[in-house]
Amino acid sequence: MAIIHPKLSGAANLVANYPMPYGAKWANDIRTNAITAFNAQGAPHKRDEYWRYTDPSELTVVPTKPAALFSNDESPMFDLVDCIRIVFVDGIIDTDRSDDLSLIGASIEMLSDVTSTDIHWAKDLYGKLESNGQNPVHRPLAALNTAVAGHGLVIHVTSKCDKPLAINYVHNSETSDVMLHHIIKIDEGAEFTLLESGAGAARFNSVIEVDVSDDAEFHHVRTQGRDHERKTVTHLFGRLGHRSIFRSFTMTMNGILTRNDAVLEFTGDDAKATVAGACAGDGNNFHHDDTVFVTHDSINCESRQVFKKVLRNGATGVFQGKILVKADAQKTDGYQISQGLLLDENSNFLAKPELEIYADDVACSHGSTVGAIDEDALFYLASRGVPRKQAQDMLVLAFLAEAIEEIDNNDLANDIRDRLTAWMEHG
Amino acid sequence: MLSIKNLQVELEEEDKQILKGIDLEIGEGEVHAIMGPNGSGKSTTSYVLAGKAGYKVTAGSAELYGNDLLDMNPEERAAAGLFLAFQYPVEIPGVGNMTFLRTAVNAQRKARGEDELSAGQFLKIVREKAKSLKIDADMLKRPVNVGFSGGEKKRNEILQMAMLEPKMCVLDETDSGLDVDAMKLVAEGVNALRDGKRSFLVITHYQRLLDHIKPDVVHIMANGRIIKSGGPELALEVEENGYADILAEVA
Repeated sequence: MAIIHPKLSGAANLVANYPMPYGAKWANDIRTNAITAFNAQGAPHKRDEYWRYTDPSELTVVPTKPAALFSNDESPMFDLVDCIRIVFVDGIIDTDRSDDLSLIGASIEMLSDVTSTDIHWAKDLYGKLESNGQNPVHRPLAALNTAVAGHGLVIHVTSKCDKPLAINYVHNSETSDVMLHHIIKIDEGAEFTLLESGAGAARFNSVIEVDVSDDAEFHHVRTQGRDHERKTVTHLFGRLGHRSIFRSFTMTMNGILTRNDAVLEFTGDDAKATVAGACAGDGNNFHHDDTVFVTHDSINCESRQVFKKVLRNGATGVFQGKILVKADAQKTDGYQISQGLLLDENSNFLAKPELEIYADDVACSHGSTVGAIDEDALFYLASRGVPRKQAQDMLVLAFLAEAIEEIDNNDLANDIRDRLTAWMEHG
Repeated sequence: MLSIKNLQVELEEEDKQILKGIDLEIGEGEVHAIMGPNGSGKSTTSYVLAGKAGYKVTAGSAELYGNDLLDMNPEERAAAGLFLAFQYPVEIPGVGNMTFLRTAVNAQRKARGEDELSAGQFLKIVREKAKSLKIDADMLKRPVNVGFSGGEKKRNEILQMAMLEPKMCVLDETDSGLDVDAMKLVAEGVNALRDGKRSFLVITHYQRLLDHIKPDVVHIMANGRIIKSGGPELALEVEENGYADILAEVA
């Protein structure tokens, strides 16, 4: 009688849960390799080192539990920004609600079309950064995504884009279980801004692979919200060429489980990367995890990780951040800060900052703090007539401000600030 | 307007009485000063009036224009017209000074059922008042009190007072940490707010501040009680002889 390893059977179960997309040979090969990798790793388990603080079972259970839809009358995210809009409803593009995808400076294709094409540049990027990012830390849910995601965008940026691309992920079915995979290739000297918003599905698994060539720039602002029962796992893989810039910011509200992985690798000298996040969690069914891995393998690069979490009524926030500086990556400047603000005694902030440095001429710093709201500041504001609730919101916003300031576009930063204020008001 | 009767206060955390029966009547437009040695209960008096947590009122009352202050939370006391200039103004990183001022002004207006000031109206008023206190645009933009010098912090307190236009101003050792020039500037700011209606309670260790802000009545406080009250000459007596004589005289 065959003994089936419980992890393996969980993995097989998960793979079987998603229809296997069929494409050209190169795409099938990449997907088959990804399945092999995923089966070898097994589905993530809370015994795994990088899942110790976050129970992944909501991300691996088959079928996924239904998630109630969140309705509100708020204006669409980034509505004040002049951009090209694309709408995905439960993982499928809604062409009626999307703009014409002709964008000056970039070509945008559908993954499903691209993977059916025999010859396409995407064969050199699809699954590539994901597979590089599996070492030294396994990311099984990203491998699974590469294997079974049939939809997504394939973006080739050839110059400075005249407008950002804004993707809105609509959650419209209470049982949707969605895999999306985008790849973005930014040519030398080109610039691209990606904006993302929306819950996407009851369970939403997204992978984005971004190849930033020499002297190119990638800017990314994302909001995740506000469906209370949604489950989300995202992986953002980035490679940075010489003198390139990579900036990513995520704001998260609500959701029973959010896991955001960012995996960056510096392969060119003099490049700069920032990964930042602000989250506000309310209730013991809120769990939010940022896991970041930055590998410095080139000279004179700068990386920043800035994460702030406000937690109340039993909410949990997790930060696992690592800076790996390889032996030749001299003059590396690595910075990492993670801070939790607990508004009551029932909430938790769990942080695991890691530095692993093999070069001898580097400046790396990291800090992690957890604290309560400053009662003296609350009293000071109240003594000037500001009601307690409003005073607390002011201090919470002030706490999150440092992460929001990592967005270098003022309009976008102000948009995020305004939303956050409104979301804190309405939940 | 401010009427304090037999006010007795303990620390909440430990069984220690700080105020042992304070009686104080401050009329409209009057300036009263409280002087006294360290630990006499001067600052506690100001905190209890403003509603700081950690104190337990065991007896007595404090009313502002007949409204029971002790029954209100701190923001209601502020809206009712009470203002406390802090001895140690609190730094609030991430909150811009201007945003803070406007939020405070409008919160009070809203609480009193008045229209909120528009950004333009507010800006015009704050610029004018900041100028007379030598507060530049940079100080208005910076986070509240963060990186401010001692003098800047106290000037910022007076600016808040000028913007909020309270009926009753309590100044808790506003002169501490100030050099002579800064003290003059702060005192001028306070004097500019004296309009015959607004009342002041000035808490200080030293007579020096009272050269600039002339009090109508001076009270000497010791061991949780007001032990002597008199005219401005009482402050001069303290300056010359210290508190020992008065304490001995009362005992």
